Parts: sequence; structure tokens; C-alpha cells
Amino acid sequence: MTEATRTGQMLAADGTPLKRSLQRALRAQKLRALMLIAPLLLFIMVTFVAPIADMLFRSVENQIVSDTLPRSAQAIRDWDHNSGEPPSEDVLAAFTIDMIAAVERKQHTRLGTRLNYEQNGLSSLFRKTGRGVGDIGETYRDQFAALDPAWTDPGTWIALFADPSWQADHDAWEAARTAARSAGRSFAEPVPPFRLKDGMAGVLPETADAYLDFARAVQGGRNGDPAARAPWPPVYLALYRDLTAVGVGRIATLDEAAQALLDPAHYAVRGFERADLAALYAGIDRAWSQPDVWATIQTFSARYTPGYFLTAVDLKQTPDGITSQPADQKIYIMLFERTLVMSLTIMGACVLLGYPIAFLLANLPMRSSNLLLILVLLPFWTSLLVRTSAWKVLLQQQGVINDILVWIGIVDNAGRLILINNQTGTIIAMTHILLPFMILPLYSVMKTIPPSYVRAAKSLGATNWTAFWRVYFPQSVPGIGAGCILVFILAIGYYITPELVGGTSGTFISNRIAYHISSSLNWGLAAALGTILLGVVLALYWTYDRLVGIDKVNLG
Amino acid sequence: MTAATDNGFVVFDRVQKSYDGETLVVKDLNLSIGKGEFLTMLGPSGSGKTTCLMMLAGFETATHGEILLDGKPINNIPPHKRGIGMVFQNYALFPHMTVAENLAFPLEVRKFGKSEREEKVQRALEMVQMGAFGGRRPAQLSGGQQQRIALARALVFEPDLVLMDEPLGALDKQLREHMQFEITRLAHNLGITTVYVTHDQTEALTMSDRVAVFNDGRIQQLDAPDVLYEQPVNSFVAQFIGENNTLMGTVKEIENGVALVELDDGEVIDAKPVNVRKPGDRTLVSIRPERVEINKDRLSPNAHLIHAEVLEFIYMGDIYRTRLRVAGNEDFVIKTRNAPDQRRMKPGEHIEIGWLPEDCRALDAPA
Repeated sequence: MTEATRTGQMLAADGTPLKRSLQRALRAQKLRALMLIAPLLLFIMVTFVAPIADMLFRSVENQIVSDTLPRSAQAIRDWDHNSGEPPSEDVLAAFTIDMIAAVERKQHTRLGTRLNYEQNGLSSLFRKTGRGVGDIGETYRDQFAALDPAWTDPGTWIALFADPSWQADHDAWEAARTAARSAGRSFAEPVPPFRLKDGMAGVLPETADAYLDFARAVQGGRNGDPAARAPWPPVYLALYRDLTAVGVGRIATLDEAAQALLDPAHYAVRGFERADLAALYAGIDRAWSQPDVWATIQTFSARYTPGYFLTAVDLKQTPDGITSQPADQKIYIMLFERTLVMSLTIMGACVLLGYPIAFLLANLPMRSSNLLLILVLLPFWTSLLVRTSAWKVLLQQQGVINDILVWIGIVDNAGRLILINNQTGTIIAMTHILLPFMILPLYSVMKTIPPSYVRAAKSLGATNWTAFWRVYFPQSVPGIGAGCILVFILAIGYYITPELVGGTSGTFISNRIAYHISSSLNWGLAAALGTILLGVVLALYWTYDRLVGIDKVNLG
Repeated sequence: MTAATDNGFVVFDRVQKSYDGETLVVKDLNLSIGKGEFLTMLGPSGSGKTTCLMMLAGFETATHGEILLDGKPINNIPPHKRGIGMVFQNYALFPHMTVAENLAFPLEVRKFGKSEREEKVQRALEMVQMGAFGGRRPAQLSGGQQQRIALARALVFEPDLVLMDEPLGALDKQLREHMQFEITRLAHNLGITTVYVTHDQTEALTMSDRVAVFNDGRIQQLDAPDVLYEQPVNSFVAQFIGENNTLMGTVKEIENGVALVELDDGEVIDAKPVNVRKPGDRTLVSIRPERVEINKDRLSPNAHLIHAEVLEFIYMGDIYRTRLRVAGNEDFVIKTRNAPDQRRMKPGEHIEIGWLPEDCRALDAPA
């Protein structure tokens, strides 16, 4: 029983709005349906949606630069790459700390590989610099040590920078270790995580920052004890820079022991011999004195980059904006075009070959059509690799087809056709492999066209051809549409067959993606290429929907 | 409007058809259809009637014999050159064309001009009272409307012969009765020769000039509906057409065109001998329920009466339907008119029934 209230809303018998009442009634059903598909949904989310999302993310993700070189990424922002000069001393100092921390964590080679995609030679430059960066700051270390040998004592640094509570924790840890060792037990407790003393960051900001990074890097890698190691030479560089910049009043805010250590140093640094960082870096590699390496670091220091996508369409991001790649490195647009053109060719070939077969299948008596259907499906039951390899045997220049052609006399023995390791080979083999995907939807659509339509057309005076073209064919178009979409989408992402029979001229964009995934390890570029491929397919799908209507597609 | 048997408009001359080379689906068919005649092929499924229609349309070829259309053999003429209009069981309206395009199709392939085409299409649509529906798609029409369009399409190119293959099978009863009337009206108004296939005997009786009853690949009887109903020539026709009471018996004697039949339980009745020849023949006696008389005054004094027990009385409005046990047969049905003087019988009542000898036909006993 329902009734319309004054507002026009329908009410159920108990007075609740009918819509809500219906929703409640359907909720249990929906929930049950959801539970039925939940395992599949979960499976798809984990194995399909998540990897795709990850891939889309990787195509713009660029956090490795700002994560590995946090201080430099910050400091280099204001540097003018057009000045023709390498960046200032401040940037170089920040870069030194970043680099030594990255070396300690063994991340500088990964960063080099990443930046090498953008500028050749950076990979080896970073490896080389990784070996040399530890020496930068040695000048200062030696001068500090000459001033007061305590500066090379790890304990001095701990007393200066470590939080008293951490020192207490550390002492307890050390006591436990000593006790364990004397008792002959093994001891695997980690060092308590280092904590910086309050206030140090205000007085000696760069040093505190550098020492904290040092302590964490030492602890992080091989579970080292920061209290057992003197800091890296670059930390002395930071100390020198801090002491030359800080006022004596700030040091006075520290405790007495710190003052006793820092006051003489503060006074002495003015007389220290300065190290020329630019010269030191030029000594490691001449490339550091050129602005373009620094420009590359500056350009790619953002957390997200369009760089991979630009590369994927033969463009390049430079500090001065987007430019086109040099002619000899333009391959991706050409590959995309080739993939599209060849996929369309394969699709067309499948329509031409598949339509008559599907027609025959749909119109033969059941017994013979079943047999024929098995023949159509036979390739499905054979391994893709076997089929593709069979094509190699058939198509090669000394292969079966050429032998027969020569034997018949159609081609000259010297002029044997090149049917493989080029586009022809890819088109032949892929048409064969994808043909069932065209035949099956066509067949299932044709099966539903009653023979009475063609009979009616003939009884109305149409010739066989008119009856086919005006009456039968239009009704089989949904099958063609479905087959074309299926074949085209499969073809555009095909990998194995072009790889095996395509040679160099018959490979697809997917082969390039596979190369970047497994050989060059440039996953970002592979992801960008894959994303563009996905975009192209979706765009074509959308166009098809607008032109033909996706509801007209019938997969049977 | 009966046909001239020798030079009919459509002639089947000793036609046989076999699909597998082992059994004949159509056995020695001889049939002549007059111009303007409405002939129905009636029969159970598998009796060969649709095959005959398909051979006439050209979608099947006769294995033996000749089919003549207007005096010319058409065995080797392809379907599209025969100029025969056809209405299919599921209408076969082209789903991707509008109604008007469907109707224009036969005109287009005949290379009619655009204005002439439009005019003929409109006229055909008016003819089936669907003038406003030219722009619709077949899927947007109801079953009855699709049926009309299919009819209009078969007629739009003005064929001399129209074939209809169970065209009303998918419609509900009321619509079917209405369409039966429309189709006959159109066919007679236009003077078209029509061959109509159905398994519905009411349809066959109400629409046709003549009905050919098919069974087992042969025409069992070819006659006007009234003759077919009242004078079936064999037990198959008698049982297939209309409701029918049957009693089994043996012929005792045949005299003056009246056969005396002794039923299996010993009672003796009068019957008209149709295809029994001599005393001693087994026979199936057939009487229509509405021809059974319960009022002795209407029968001749010397008519044989037979005893019956009322088993069931059904009130059906215009008639009463009473089920009796007669000579051991418990499915003996009689129909009496609902009239003021007519008595309503009660189950268990014992009565005497009789009939005119010519209403009771002694037919061959089925094997």
C-alpha cells in the first residue's frame, strides 16, 4: 500500500518514504552479491588495478632526486643555469653532505642511473664522485685536529650533539653488550636510534643536520655505532661553515663543556686555510665545473616530472623548456605510428579472412560447422611460442613457402621473398594468431541472424548480392565491431610475436616497453610509454563508441 | 471461387521432395490453385505443408515433378525473379531499416523512382491502417503492427501471388481473429492469389476458399471449408478438423446409401458409408458434437437410438457441453444450444441419443 503525500513523495505502508524502504530491501541483496564477487574483486584489485595504478604513478614519479639530494634540491633552486658558472659554495657544501650520506647508504649509483636517462655520462660521474666526495672537507678536519685533537675523537661529537637521554640509553646498551661478550653470549641488540641534542640546530645548523644524517646513515646501513666513529670529513666542512657564520653570543647559550670546545675553534676558524670546493669538484671530474650537469640536477629535482612522458613522445625537458630530441634519438613517435598502422592492417586482414569463415560456420549444418569450429579453435590449444616458431620455419628465406614458390617457378631462386624478420612476418603471424578473436564474435552474431531475413529479401526481389549487402551485412556489423575492437586492442599491445618474427622493422612499441622494463631498467619511461598506449586505446574506444555505439558490439 | 483443375494459376504436378534421399517429405503432390483463390495448406507439423510453400517460393527445389506459375515452369527460376510476395512466420522485418525503408526495399530493387516509391509505400501503409508509422523501427511496433507491416511489404510490389507461412502464430487470440478477417478482406479486395500455411484449423476454415489438409506428405482432402467439416473423407481429416466423436464398430450391411454399423459393445447405429465398402469392414464412425440429437421428436421414427449416461455438464454461455458415456466411450461430447426449451442434464442421468444417418460418417478404421 502506498500513497502520495502532499510533497508527491511515495510512502510505504509504515510511513517511511518508498525509496528508502526499497533501498533497505535491496541492500541485503546487494551485500550478498558483493560477497559473492568479493574474492574476484580482491584478486583483481591486487593483481590488476594496483599494478596499473602503480605504473601510472611511476610514469611521473621522480622522488629519487629530492630524496637522495634533499639539501641540494633545496639549495640549487635559486641558481641561474644561464649564468655559465657552476652553483655557489653553499650549493656545493649542501651537495657534499647529500652525496656522502648517499654513498654511506649506497644510493648514489641509483641516482646516477636515474639522471643518466636525462643526460648521458651522469651514471659514471656519480660513481666517480661517490669515491671522491669523502675527501672533501679533509682540509678542515686536519686543521680542527691540529687545533684540538679532541675533534677527531668520536666521543667529543657525541658529547656535543647527542641528546643526554640518548647517551644514557647508549651507555646502558654498551654495558649490556660488554656483559654479554664477557659471558660469551652473542649480542644482536641494535644501537638505540640517535637523537639530536636540543638547541644544537639553532647554534650550528649545518653541522647538526650533517651529523644527524651521519649518525642515521651509520646506524641505518650495517647497524654501526655512531659513538665509535669520527664523522665524515664533510661534517668538518659544515662545522667550518657554521663557525664562520655564527655569532659568539649563540655559542654562549650552550653548556660549559661545549663552550670550552667551541670558543677556541670559533676564534681559530678565521685563520683556517680555505678549501675551494669548486676546484675540489673540478678535481674529481671536469664535468662538475660545467653548468649543464648542475642544470640537469636542478631540472629534475622536483618530486614529479613530465620528463618520462616527454621522452616517450620524442621531446626533452631542458632548463630552458621543452625541446625536441635530436633526430637520431627520435624513435617513439615512429614506433607508436608503426604499432597503430600495423595493428590496423592486422585488424583489416582479420576481417577479410574471418568474415567468410564465420559466414560459412554460421550457415553450415551443425555437424560440419562444429568440425570447422574446432579447426578455428585449434590454434588456441597450441602454445603461442610453438605457433610463432612454426611461422619462422614456414616463412624464412630457405623455408617451406619460399621453397614451394621457387619450385613452382613463381619466384627466382635468387629472388627469394623476405617474409620474416620484417613487417610482413609480423603481420602474417599476428593475423594468424588473432584470427579466432575475429571469427568467434562474428560467428556468434551471425548465428543470431535468422535465415528468414535473407529469404525475405530474396522473395522481395533482391539478388543474392543485394540480399547479402543490404540485409545480412548490416546485421553482422555488431560482430565486425566486436571483432575489430578485440583484435585491435590485443594487437596494439602484442609483444611475443613481433619480438620473435618482427626483426627490427616489425617490432611494436610494446617491445620497447619490455626493453625498458627488463634491460635498460628505465621503468619510468616504460610506464610513460605504457600509459600513452593505454590512453590511445581508451581514446580509440571512446571514438568507436561515439561513431558506432558500444551497445552495438555483441560478443555473443 | 473454385479452381479450374487443369489450367490453374499455380500448379503442382506430381511433385516430390526428399531432403536426405531416403524418405519423402512430400509424396506425389498434385494441386491446382485458381487465380484469385485463397488456398490454405493445413496440417500438423512435419506434414510437408511448409516444404510445399518453400518449393513454391523457390527456397527449396523439388526432387521430382514440376511447379507451374501462370502456365510457366518455375523450377529453375531463382526466388527473386518469381515475383511472389511472402509473409514469414516471424515477419522477418529488417531490423536495421525503418518501416518505410522496409516497404521501399522491394520497390528499390525493382528500380522504381523515388516519388513513385514513396507514393506506393504510403498507399500500402494506409491499406493496413499504419499510415503514421513509416518512420518507426520494427522493434518499436507491437506484434500485430509488425504483422500488418509484413503484410504490406509482401503486397507493396503488387505481386499476383502471396505466400503466408503461419503469419498469425505469434499473436494472441483476439488479435489473431481480427487479423484473419483483415487478411481475407485484403486478399479478396485486391484479387490476389493467396497460399496460406497454418496448423490452426479455425484459421483455415474461416479464411479460405479451399483447404488442403496435409498429412504424411500427401493431401488428404482438398475442399471448401464447409465440405471439409461436414463431409470429411477419411478418419484423419475428421479427427484433425473440428471436435469429433468417434466410435469403433463393424459394418453389418450397406443398403440405400445407409450403413448399419454394429458398435463394439453390440449396439447398432445408422451411418453414411464414406470409405467402407462391404459388410464386415472395421470402421470408425464419426459424429460432430453439435449434430447429436437428444430430442427424439426431431428424428425420423425408425432412426436407431442409443443409450447414454451423462458424466459431466459444462455451462459455456452460448452452448452447453455435455460429456457422455456412449458404447463404452467416456469422451463422447455433445453440444446443445443454450435455448429456453433446452434442458440442463445432470450427471448420472440416463438418456437416449440419436442422429441423422448423413451426419454420422462411417470412415476407414485407422490402423
